[in-house]
Amino acid sequence: MATKTHNERAWWFVLPVVLLVAFNAVVPLMTVVNYSVQESFSQGVWFWSGVEWFEETLNSSRFQAALGRQLLFTGIILAIEIPLGIAIALTMPKTGPWVPVCLVLMALPLLIPWNVVGAMWNIFALPDIGLLGYTVNALGIDYDYTQQPLSAWITVIAMDVWHWTSLVVLLAYAGLASIPDAYYQAAKIDGAGRWAVFRHIELPKMNRVLTIAILLRFMDSFMIYTEPFVLTGGGPGNSTTFLSIDLVKKALGEFDLGPAAAMSLIYFLITLLVSWLFYTLMTRQEEG
Amino acid sequence: MARITLDSLRHSYAPNPKGAGDYALKEIDLDWQDGGAYALLGPSGCGKSTLLNIVSGLVTPSEGRILFDGEDVTNLPPDQRNIAQVFQFPVIYDTMTVYDNLAFPLRNRGVARDAVDARVREIATMLELDDTLGRRAAGLTPDAKQKISMGRGLVRDDVNVIMFDEPLTVIDPHLKWKLRSKLKELHHRVRATMIYVTHDQTEALTFADRVVVMDDGIVVQIGTPVELFERPAHTFVGHFIGSPGMNVIPCSIDNGQAIVAGMSVATENVATATSGRTEIGVRPEFVTLASEGVPARIIRVADTGRHRIMEAEIAGAKVHAVVGDGINIPEGTAHLAFAPDMTRIYDDGWLIGGTR
Repeated sequence: MATKTHNERAWWFVLPVVLLVAFNAVVPLMTVVNYSVQESFSQGVWFWSGVEWFEETLNSSRFQAALGRQLLFTGIILAIEIPLGIAIALTMPKTGPWVPVCLVLMALPLLIPWNVVGAMWNIFALPDIGLLGYTVNALGIDYDYTQQPLSAWITVIAMDVWHWTSLVVLLAYAGLASIPDAYYQAAKIDGAGRWAVFRHIELPKMNRVLTIAILLRFMDSFMIYTEPFVLTGGGPGNSTTFLSIDLVKKALGEFDLGPAAAMSLIYFLITLLVSWLFYTLMTRQEEG
Repeated sequence: MARITLDSLRHSYAPNPKGAGDYALKEIDLDWQDGGAYALLGPSGCGKSTLLNIVSGLVTPSEGRILFDGEDVTNLPPDQRNIAQVFQFPVIYDTMTVYDNLAFPLRNRGVARDAVDARVREIATMLELDDTLGRRAAGLTPDAKQKISMGRGLVRDDVNVIMFDEPLTVIDPHLKWKLRSKLKELHHRVRATMIYVTHDQTEALTFADRVVVMDDGIVVQIGTPVELFERPAHTFVGHFIGSPGMNVIPCSIDNGQAIVAGMSVATENVATATSGRTEIGVRPEFVTLASEGVPARIIRVADTGRHRIMEAEIAGAKVHAVVGDGINIPEGTAHLAFAPDMTRIYDDGWLIGGTR
């Protein structure tokens, strides 16, 4: 019974996955790599261009501006959604009939498709007929997201916070629910205040789920496309043109395949690098 | 340190308790002396954890009062009772060092830095945690973690009582004994009132000066380990403590004397007035093979290494006897004799003439 059989046939079981991944990830990615190092003309004429597109993209003020907007947007929504999500999770009931009610309410925004969210906020925030836009203007605040960059930013951020804070709440709530009562009892006995309980019990115990939450929110917000596209279309002007919107403009709008491919590779590498950095830093801190 | 008095304590988890069955604690009157080492011993679900949580203030009793040194603390929250508790599973603050863990209760109470440092180092030495003071508490072994939770109680010099809720559950068997003797040693050094909750008789008997045996929400007996062993006040105590437990053999009463299988059995107490089911109780250690006595049918013999345990049957009741080396155990039937001063009559489970 204890003899382990070594069987080369096992590789056949892996093959379907290898093929699938090859077709949906490796081949498209390599195609993009292929584009990124060539200059294309019509009728399938290609010229080798080396790293020219990469240099051009990195040096272009258009890309730098989009990247800057992207980083600012991601930074702002992380700074709002993570603390807000934790705060909401802390105030949610731990037991009782309200638990399922709260959980369902929290999960609702997550169930709405991206473009619907964009369309909803588009109408909701319109200054002349939207409930939000009209109310804000009626209160004497000059607000028009179709004309003012600041209003557009506030609307995009509010929309993302509304759509995605729930994810952080649910993850943080799961982390909180896994803390045994004995910890709270011990803290009570040790005379710990509310802040000390949060700082020394709840936050460390939520560490893992928060790592996941930050990673997911970082990646998702860094690649955000549909919602701002539907809401503002990247405007007014270029004020809410984030990286993915800019990329689509370049690749499909201007059909500039080489630079667009170089840009998407840089985009991909930045996302990968930052995710890796986040993950390594957070898990190292946990082990230390 | 304080003397702890439980005054007619009753507790029910049901909002409107009706019968006695609704009560997790039925009627508890107890006095724990200042500086004593006590154990609360009983099977799972007997109410010992409820009682512990009532003392610590995590649960408020439905009825009755708790007094610390004569002062009513029934409605005080845990942090105002100055108690310490070690839980079943080690509770430590993961992100802190061992030092910070030990200092935590003092810092929360605003103790001066120097005083904290001195006290933490003193307790760490006592618990043999000196070497690990600078390390993160999360990476330590379960027994070291339990020492830390114990230490968080010991650092405070205003602690009224330190309570242990089955603290050795997650400790490796070979370390249990070590940690237990450490506990005992600590008790001798600091002379704190300690209450140790367990369902393990060995832990209770080795740790405590006095053991409180509980069953089904009531205190069945309070006594020293020797008293519990030699003079169980209830057949439950006799059965629960000892391995194998006390033999309980149904008997009839004639003129105050116990009659088993038609034979009169000499007992330490006299059955003055009985109200229910009568039994005699005698520990296996005090049952011997004899040429004459109560007839028994021998079922099997188990050799434990130190001695042999003979299992026999008297009139349908199982009887165990510890048989020493060199004694020949006959097959089939034999006669058993019970040591008269260690054999007692029980009425409805309770010792006749014993104090309840």
